[in-house]
Amino acid sequence: MNEHTTITGARFIGERVHRKEDGRLLTGRGTYIDDVVVAGMLHAAFVRSNVARGRITRLDTSRAKDMPGVAAVYTAADLDRLNCSFSNAVFDMPGCPAPDDGLLARSDVRFVGQPIVIVVAESRAVAEDAAAVVEVEYTTEQAVVGIAAAKTGAPVHDGFANNLVNAQDSGPNDEIDKVFAGAAHVVEETVRNCRQAHMPMETRGLVVSPDGTGDLTIHRACQSPQVSALQVAQIFKLEQGQVRVIAKDVGGAFGLKMTSQRDEMAVVAAAILLRRPVKWIEDRLENLVAAGQSREDQMHVRLAFDADHRLLAADVDYDCDFGAFPYAIQSSASLVTPMFPGPYHLPHYRWKAQAWYTNTNGLAPYRGPWMLEMLAREIMFDVAARKMGVDPLELRRKNIIGKGEQPFQMPSGIVLTDVSPRETMEMTVGAIDIAAFRREQAEARKEGRYLGLGIANGIEPTTVSFGYFASDVAHVRVEANGRVTAMTTTFSQGHGTATSLAQIIAERLGVSFEDVTVVEGDSSRTGFGPGAGGSRQAVAGGGAAMIASDKLRDKIQRIAAYAYNASPESIRIEGGVITVEGSPEIRSSVAAIAQLAYAAPDRLPPDMELGLETHHRYQPPPMVFANATHACICEVDVDTGKVSILRWIAGSDCGEMINPGIVEGQIAGGVVQGIGGVLFEHAPYDEAGQPMAVTLKDYLLPTALNVPRIEYKHMCTPSSTPGGFKGVGEGGAMISPPTLVNAIADALAPFGKTWVEMPLSPDRIICGIVD
Amino acid sequence: MSLHFIEFELNGRTVEGMTDARRTLLDYLRTDEGCTGPHGGCEHGVCGACTVLLDGQAVRSCLMLAVQANGKRVETVESLASENGELHPIQQMFREEFALQCGFCTPGFLMTLAALDRTEPRPDAEEMRAALSGHLCRCTGYQGILRVVDRLAEERR
Repeated sequence: MNEHTTITGARFIGERVHRKEDGRLLTGRGTYIDDVVVAGMLHAAFVRSNVARGRITRLDTSRAKDMPGVAAVYTAADLDRLNCSFSNAVFDMPGCPAPDDGLLARSDVRFVGQPIVIVVAESRAVAEDAAAVVEVEYTTEQAVVGIAAAKTGAPVHDGFANNLVNAQDSGPNDEIDKVFAGAAHVVEETVRNCRQAHMPMETRGLVVSPDGTGDLTIHRACQSPQVSALQVAQIFKLEQGQVRVIAKDVGGAFGLKMTSQRDEMAVVAAAILLRRPVKWIEDRLENLVAAGQSREDQMHVRLAFDADHRLLAADVDYDCDFGAFPYAIQSSASLVTPMFPGPYHLPHYRWKAQAWYTNTNGLAPYRGPWMLEMLAREIMFDVAARKMGVDPLELRRKNIIGKGEQPFQMPSGIVLTDVSPRETMEMTVGAIDIAAFRREQAEARKEGRYLGLGIANGIEPTTVSFGYFASDVAHVRVEANGRVTAMTTTFSQGHGTATSLAQIIAERLGVSFEDVTVVEGDSSRTGFGPGAGGSRQAVAGGGAAMIASDKLRDKIQRIAAYAYNASPESIRIEGGVITVEGSPEIRSSVAAIAQLAYAAPDRLPPDMELGLETHHRYQPPPMVFANATHACICEVDVDTGKVSILRWIAGSDCGEMINPGIVEGQIAGGVVQGIGGVLFEHAPYDEAGQPMAVTLKDYLLPTALNVPRIEYKHMCTPSSTPGGFKGVGEGGAMISPPTLVNAIADALAPFGKTWVEMPLSPDRIICGIVD
Repeated sequence: MSLHFIEFELNGRTVEGMTDARRTLLDYLRTDEGCTGPHGGCEHGVCGACTVLLDGQAVRSCLMLAVQANGKRVETVESLASENGELHPIQQMFREEFALQCGFCTPGFLMTLAALDRTEPRPDAEEMRAALSGHLCRCTGYQGILRVVDRLAEERR
């Protein structure tokens, strides 16, 4: 169903429509979580562990309790009175051993930043003052820091046999060993990423208001009010209807606000115990040490090629650091190993994946959580190309799949459809005169300047639809005045979904864009939907909005046809105006039809339900695939280690675009986060498990001075979904790191080193050249 | 803790109140004056989301005490659009260039650019970009913001 069946009126899909959200956000009138004020509200602050691993030997809260303005000082024993138990209904995987389920540390501490005490006071300042005088003493133990230590160190969690969260593999495969033994070329490296933080500019936060009957109203910076409500209900053993989660503007999330962490649930517990509204706004230090992080993972990769440089086999061994309390207890294999084959022919594939507990900040999913598949594969293609003496682009040309080769089953079992890897790659590299660049590169090297060209290919599995993520719903209604209100389970943390969905609805209904209002952000208003996560909103939310609108347009046509004695097919709706084909004298409006629908039952077709509203719950395919090729030209200063990005071409195939301005914004944001991850962003721990990046002076983000001007190229292969849409939210963040690493490695090729450990910060580049 | 009386001009109007000495200007503006446009992104002066103008200069309101605003002229993002709701030209450019996504950092960028826009001699694109390096945006990759800077520089030729 790639074709639009009916087009009524103006086209809004595909237009760079200015965003509805901008009016309030540009004028400082957004409602972020710290803007929410509830009468009688108290403020929370935490006492957090300052050791990575140990046992609490003394905990004295008396001075804090005595401080004027302090309402309560709660420890784990206080919260345990509520019989609550931490878990993650959406993402926990059965069969994995779960750590202690307390919201606060009960007796042991397992990472620096773990919440031990929650203080609630009349102001945030008083709460912080009181937290500062809580006395905690510990006996400390040797912390387990890093994957290598996790494999041999003492179990992070009591009662566990080892530090394994989960281990999976593709099973025995003797054939592949023979392939490697007989291959003309074999390359082998361990590609290591580095720990990174999501770093939304707005930290986490929530305001919890108990209403006295056991019901809770929670304002929260989140990615889905419905998922939030579900998790709170589960942890506190409430009915889901007892928990209403409301959110308006959220200052970025990138996966961090997809699920709830223990400290946030401790705020809920404190509000329940106190029977008072309680607000908690995370500070940036807490955000850096305790909110959750990502990308501390590594993959040992072996690739075999034949004499003609065709990829024969891949054998990968993946490890991921889950920290002490990951967002969910699950497998590290989920998409990393299945997606590793990427857009290439790969006859033989073997994989193994293991996830590890360590005494560090827990894993939280960060934009393209499985991105190491792309980083490792694309880096290794360039390593192989250099070793075999073949151009990296030619190596990819020899192995990549094209549009004519689908459906294409990857050796991991995933079946690709509607992607254009070869065509997108050619489109992207077509923007660069590669021969001219190679001449320029050779000339520059004579002057001691090091230029490099990097490319990377990737498949982005979007709209990953499973379990609670299986569907989204849209309620669309034409009000009696002809204006349109849609309530959807999409939710924006900057995505602009209220704009994109309004474009779809306006186009499908045949009304003006200005007349459509999309309402999101209240778990009590719609049925369940997962909100933002897995690059799903264009496809899942868009599909729901499109089909619901089509149903509603059909009803408008049937009412108009009955009123004007015409056939429904002859009714045209454009800009809210209704005309009848073949009857130019008739001119009505959606507003007039709405009047009939609500207030003139005798003028409706027999047996028709009153009103002008409908809903549709849309279940997208299990995955909708997008693909991209990015190319980058950079210069590396070998005296300072500084990398300057001179050009960046982002070629993507994300199907039919709803709003190219928003699509390019998603690509750009991801690309720059990925650039940060290669060049600047790193949150390391020392051997004692102390976090080394605790301010934005230690954890460096890209600024306007570090970023290239991105040149966008779009290929459109529509998906087999109602609008032909695909997701685009995460691909940029996954593909930009290998693109940049390959450009740096190309620039530094004369030094004969490999560049497989992130970050490639100036010091690491200088040391790498010198070593 | 000492309480202090302060009086200053906020977005063209004189305001007054009592404040603890230790409170930041950001906290005072948001809590006591209802100016929630400036945002606390890092509270240690790096991210720039809290930027306001003090006597016409862009400052970090998270690094200033409220008492330091006494007798001064403070402008926040709420002052940029006209009374009838018409956006300031820089706000309008942000909209047209998709220069914001979540919008949390946006008021800071707007205030720094608004201050530069009034400066004589008017800064060129490079100077504007250098000034914006004191502002962090995690959503947009700065692409739309850089287009706004291009347009501002172009307009000034």
